[in-house]
Amino acid sequence: MRRWLQLHVSNCTSSLLDLRSQPIATVLTVFVIGIALALPGALNLVVQNGRNLAGSWESARDFSVYLVPGSELSAAEKLSTELKKRKLIESVQIIAAEDALLEFRETSGLGEVLDVLDSNPLPHTLVVRPDDSASGEQLAAIGEELDKRPEVDIVKLDTQWVERLNAILDFLNRVVIIATLLLVAAVIIIIGNTIRLDIQNRRDEIEVLKLLGASDGFVRRPFLYVGLWYGLMGGIVALLLMFIGGWFLTGPLERLIGLYDSELRLLGLDFTSAMTMVAGGVLAGWGGAWTAVSRHLAAIQPH
Amino acid sequence: MTMIRFDNVTKRYDGGGEALRNLSFEVARGEMVFLTGASGAGKSTLLRLIALIERPTRGQVFVDGQNVGKLSQRQVPRHRREIGVVFQDNKLLTDRSAFDNVALPLIIRGVSDRDIPRRVRAALDQVGLLKKEKQRPGTLSAGEQQRVGIARAVVGRPKLLIADEPTGNLDPWLSLEVMKLFGRFNEIGVTMLVATHDLNLLSRIKGRRVQLENGEVVTPEDDALVF
Repeated sequence: MRRWLQLHVSNCTSSLLDLRSQPIATVLTVFVIGIALALPGALNLVVQNGRNLAGSWESARDFSVYLVPGSELSAAEKLSTELKKRKLIESVQIIAAEDALLEFRETSGLGEVLDVLDSNPLPHTLVVRPDDSASGEQLAAIGEELDKRPEVDIVKLDTQWVERLNAILDFLNRVVIIATLLLVAAVIIIIGNTIRLDIQNRRDEIEVLKLLGASDGFVRRPFLYVGLWYGLMGGIVALLLMFIGGWFLTGPLERLIGLYDSELRLLGLDFTSAMTMVAGGVLAGWGGAWTAVSRHLAAIQPH
Repeated sequence: MTMIRFDNVTKRYDGGGEALRNLSFEVARGEMVFLTGASGAGKSTLLRLIALIERPTRGQVFVDGQNVGKLSQRQVPRHRREIGVVFQDNKLLTDRSAFDNVALPLIIRGVSDRDIPRRVRAALDQVGLLKKEKQRPGTLSAGEQQRVGIARAVVGRPKLLIADEPTGNLDPWLSLEVMKLFGRFNEIGVTMLVATHDLNLLSRIKGRRVQLENGEVVTPEDDALVF
């Protein structure tokens, strides 16, 4: 057992030394692998941030019911009590026309203009927050029904575009899955091909090893370790690329979010995803090496 | 006790003629046997059947009591480890030192790192190349390269050593040295089977001769004269 371990360790390190003997080729291969791994990682991050964003806007499922201008506050209260009794509705908040005007005066900076008006142009408003279980269709039905009431002027539903965003994100998620599969396949092919060339270059050596009685495992092992190293280094390069990209984009993005006055926090690459990416690289490296080795080593026989 | 036994062995190459025809012969344990015959007589094929580089078309080959034709492809490496082989073109790895070349069979056998240097140096010492262990084959003379190949063949302490034209690329004087070296291994109990067409050389070395002609054994007339 110790001997076996010793053999693996020596294979592992000597294959790394082999890679160091041709630095440029190795660096290029590792970078290609790194880029191929970083792309799906980055796409995934974009989609996750989008989901996060959409999630934070889920609260924007609220809809506003504007009453006909000039209607009494009691009409608003009556409608509110009625709505509260309904299923699918979590809460109803009344914004009286006077309060709305005050708030508008404060936030809009149009105070002086408003002074010119002799009456309040704003209606009483109900902010209706639906239950989480309410579907988009159910919300739309409620909205439509409210719209038909005589005391209601306009019903403004904000849900539709959130749903569209979610649909886009669902679609993008699939795109990420496909991209990930394709790029991982690319990594396997790149590593497989690199190792195939390596096997061809060392044909004589492999023949001699086989003549001297080396088992298939013995001949195979160094190549598998080379694949593993490629995958590991590619994974690390992918992480570096993502960190650099993240560092480059975070500033402007946070400013953008700030402008939208959002509490949103950007999702960075978490530890688990980072490790998954490196582990994916290692597995793809090993897998690529395995495909090359199983196809090409057996063909080399001493003659 | 037989080390090698061929029972009516025929070897036919794809698209070629019969390299061996219904050949039978034996090598006893501890024996020194020279395979002679013109090139194309089947000497190499016979050795390749022993090392399982080829498999017989018909007949059976026994090495140390084992019917090698029955060995599966997975068992071939183990079989090859039991045999030391010296090649005409020495088949050394040119990008590694003499030491590393000789160490290969030990690494393949999984000998511990602690024991490897001692055994490699012992083998290099036997062929008189201890001082050149760090040199690569390219910087060694043809004779020295062949001796590195021999050190590599014996470092695993095989019971049987086969050599295919080991002196093919050497001048007469170096050839004699190599043959004497083989003699010394034989004296310590290694069974030797050496293919050579150099009859001149053999006249100066003791050992049984087996002559091949067109894939068949022809008993040399002077068999009795040889020790």
